[in-house]
Amino acid sequence: MSTQKQHRFPWNHVIGFILSIALTLLAVFVAFQTDFSSNVVLWIIGSLAIFQALIQLFLFMHITEGKEGPVNVINMIYSVFLALVIVFGSIWVLTSGHAAM
Amino acid sequence: MSSHVETPLEYRSEQSQMNILGFWIFLGAEIVLFSTLFASYFVLEHNTADGPAGQDIFILKDVLIETFLLLTSSFTCGLAIHSMRNHNLKGLLTWIVITLLLGAGFLYMEINEFIHYVHEGATLQTSGFTAGFFTLLGTHGAHVTLGIGWITLLIIQLVKRGITEKTASKFFIASLYWHFLDVVWIFIFTFVYLKGMVM
Repeated sequence: MSTQKQHRFPWNHVIGFILSIALTLLAVFVAFQTDFSSNVVLWIIGSLAIFQALIQLFLFMHITEGKEGPVNVINMIYSVFLALVIVFGSIWVLTSGHAAM
Repeated sequence: MSSHVETPLEYRSEQSQMNILGFWIFLGAEIVLFSTLFASYFVLEHNTADGPAGQDIFILKDVLIETFLLLTSSFTCGLAIHSMRNHNLKGLLTWIVITLLLGAGFLYMEINEFIHYVHEGATLQTSGFTAGFFTLLGTHGAHVTLGIGWITLLIIQLVKRGITEKTASKFFIASLYWHFLDVVWIFIFTFVYLKGMVM
């Protein structure tokens, strides 16, 4: 039994949790207390959200763990790629299509 | 990670490994499902049809409470898996029950929020914005509800059988699902609530 390794205090969870709370509060601060243009605000809070999602994936869900770790990462990257195509593609097609009518 | 001297219980058998891999692929499909709902919300969000817009009805304080409830539940769920890997049944049960209570608190807040919106005159039929909003949030809430039911059943199994290769693998998969719901919520919080209140 690798008791040393297994019984250690779950630092990565605690760090992940503190970071998640901090990033959430930071996003609220940027959204409500700063004078950036709404475009800049959107880019900043969007980046914070992505960072927080990565924390969940790596620190909480242990995505790289196990024999299939690399497969999981490739699968997630592919899904995120699909998601981005669906979201930005829909917005692009529907707004530009509307403008063309 | 290869540095682990002992393979965690949930990865011992070939079957468990395949189940976990399969669940990751399912989560990939869930990302695509939610992306279609996000896409329709973003396309429709400015079509309020004289009904209320996001900034008219969203209440930051309530949304923050929901966010912290879900974030904390994701953390306690991680601690539950940590206890499981230490073969600590009591720790696993304690943390997973706290996780479910936080999840139930989140659902309570969200249902109250929806009731509040309906009283403000924002129902599913009001406008493109409310239709997109309720569909996206409702799908997420339905996932949380399903997760609570699923984990409750797993707890019953765990109490009966203890931590075995099978129950460990099942709990690990349920924990992936629970963390995933938190990931979806982060994007809802940012791109639905914050964006809706600021823009």
